[in-house]
Amino acid sequence: MNNKIKRYIPQILTLLFVIGVIGFFTLNAQVNMDNRGIDFGFGFLKQESSFDVQFSLIEYSGSHSYARAYLVGLLNTLLVSFISIIFCTILGVIIGVSRLSSNFLIRNSAAWYVEFFRNIPLLLQIFFWYYAALRALPLPEKAAPWFGVTYMTIKGYYIPSFIWNNLDIFLYSILAVIICILFISTYAKKLRETSGKQIPLFFISIGLLIVLPALSFLIGGVSLDFEIPVLKKLSQTSYTYEGGIGLPPELIALVLALSLYTSTFVAECVRAGIQGVSKGQKEAAASVGLTPNQILKLVIMPQALRIIIPPTTNQYLNLTKNSSLAAAIAYPDLVLVFAGTALMQTGKAIEIVSITMLTYLSISLAIAALMNWYNKKIEIKEK
Amino acid sequence: MFNVIRKLTSFAAMVAVLFVFTTETMAAKKSKTLKNTQKKGFVRCGVSQGLPGFSNADASGNWTGIDVDVCRAVAAAVLGDANKVKFTPLSAKERFTALTSGEIDILSRNTTWTLSRDADIGLTFVGVNFYDGQGFMVRKSSGITSTSQFKNGISACTNIGTTTELNMRDFFNSRGISYEPVAFEKADEVVAAYDAGRCDTYTTDKSGLAAQRTKMKNPDEHIVLPETISKEPLGPVVRQGDAVWEDIVRWSLNTMIEAEEYGITSANADSMKTSDNPAIKRLVGAEGEMGAAFGLDNDWNLRIIKQVGNYGESYKRNIADTGILPDRGPNQLWTKGGILYVPPAR
Repeated sequence: MNNKIKRYIPQILTLLFVIGVIGFFTLNAQVNMDNRGIDFGFGFLKQESSFDVQFSLIEYSGSHSYARAYLVGLLNTLLVSFISIIFCTILGVIIGVSRLSSNFLIRNSAAWYVEFFRNIPLLLQIFFWYYAALRALPLPEKAAPWFGVTYMTIKGYYIPSFIWNNLDIFLYSILAVIICILFISTYAKKLRETSGKQIPLFFISIGLLIVLPALSFLIGGVSLDFEIPVLKKLSQTSYTYEGGIGLPPELIALVLALSLYTSTFVAECVRAGIQGVSKGQKEAAASVGLTPNQILKLVIMPQALRIIIPPTTNQYLNLTKNSSLAAAIAYPDLVLVFAGTALMQTGKAIEIVSITMLTYLSISLAIAALMNWYNKKIEIKEK
Repeated sequence: MFNVIRKLTSFAAMVAVLFVFTTETMAAKKSKTLKNTQKKGFVRCGVSQGLPGFSNADASGNWTGIDVDVCRAVAAAVLGDANKVKFTPLSAKERFTALTSGEIDILSRNTTWTLSRDADIGLTFVGVNFYDGQGFMVRKSSGITSTSQFKNGISACTNIGTTTELNMRDFFNSRGISYEPVAFEKADEVVAAYDAGRCDTYTTDKSGLAAQRTKMKNPDEHIVLPETISKEPLGPVVRQGDAVWEDIVRWSLNTMIEAEEYGITSANADSMKTSDNPAIKRLVGAEGEMGAAFGLDNDWNLRIIKQVGNYGESYKRNIADTGILPDRGPNQLWTKGGILYVPPAR
């Protein structure tokens, strides 16, 4: 009994302290807001926002609500984070593996790359790509086409947009491919475990991935048209492109900076993971007659991934949070649109900043949950 | 003997009560902001991050501009020295929060007076020190001479968190033109982006366009289009809830404008004390008790005029002589064809 009390008293005191601190800040904010005649409430979210946003994934104009503007900003944040996470992972793995290469040139270039990009502040890198590198791009009328139909200009990267007919049938064919591959891989595993026979799963999957969607084009009536951007004259000296999709230079600069910067950290995680697997594992695998490919796939990578995933998750979280630096270069992310323009137009500082903080918290927790699930999946299962 | 003592004590008590009473009414009249300002010894003033003519710091950190002069006038009135101002450069996004949270006491930062700002967010606008309107700047070589030549797909650079963003939408929408808004947080970033060709037009208040034009690589390559698409009355703002401080800032500005109306300048202010016109005498503290209501002495307005000058002097020094807007346009006195008209100081 006595022990129990001893154990609980500090915990209760700590809890009371935390409640007290939160209560003090809430009360303080309330009193000050009352004194200054500021109302607290989330009713503003339903009001018309009456400002436009440069770049949006969903339909949006100033006649929509502030809630919709929030969604626009959130989606733009998720977009830039998603693209950057993919790029930084690909780049990070390549650089990380290169750091362990036996080739002097590859090994040292990778090391230089890592040291260079991770030691310059991210904001500076964003400014560099936006104000220096992308400003050197040609004006729309002077841009030479890349791959024939895309144009990289100071106003953005203009690419053709797809116009699908019967897109649903195409998507069904993709779904069918995924289900087939799942079935075949379960069957292949059973076959291997019972009879030791191997079937070329990889080639079958690729084959399916080509054949079924192709059939949907031939029989299913799916077809694809392109809308190619066309140069349009705005005045005697200024031009723009019409049609197709225009990726704003702000997005490009941000993706470049975020993925190059974060890829250096991912590369170090990858290198650490591979070096963390002891040499004996590789030698043992070779001595039981596995090929070098099998050694990498079946012995090294499963063990390395367990070391790589947790710190890489951190890097993904950092990248997502760092994407809020977008505000510095006018990319309309959550901070610029919602905690920027919307905050200014409504004056609801406390409400908007708390919503924004909660949003970043939720995104980070969601990414962490996903990565933890993956980590659980690949960790050693004791039998 | 006892009688005398009793009389003395009752007299002393009465004096004490009276004293307490009077000091209390004085203190009640003195505002909290005023008291804090006098205790600190400087006026805390929020300005822009650099807009020539309005609020701009030179290489050695001296702030000049007509917005700056409003804060200097308040400092001269309440502290006796126009230099006792601490300037805080703020972005459009930060400005109101800085004021409502108490980081600054006056926001004098080319801020448009609108209903929702005045009513909603705990602010009070005290007057107008510049009548402005939103316009567009384009490159001369584009051949555009009017906003009617704007076409679908035009990209427009501007600042976030300003009325500009809203007016721009109203303007393009009412004309059915699709446009790409590119909104930056800092004015310098907007100018750099427009200058590099990221945008076809740059839109903000016309005074701002004129001022920023002077910062461009080659100012002569750009023109400001003649159309004005909005009303932008710019003026100083204070926190809601301190009526006396609000009055001090309002009447510091009004004093500058009225001084010009009566021809009182920083040079002749002292000699105006002997003027025959009672209105002039009130403005230089030689007649009436014009400061008492604010809890200030009687020379508060004389100090403003002597140390900062009248509105015309401030305009000439900051905006006309620097080549930003030599023509005063609507910012001329009502007696000379403009719309500057302030209530009488009496």
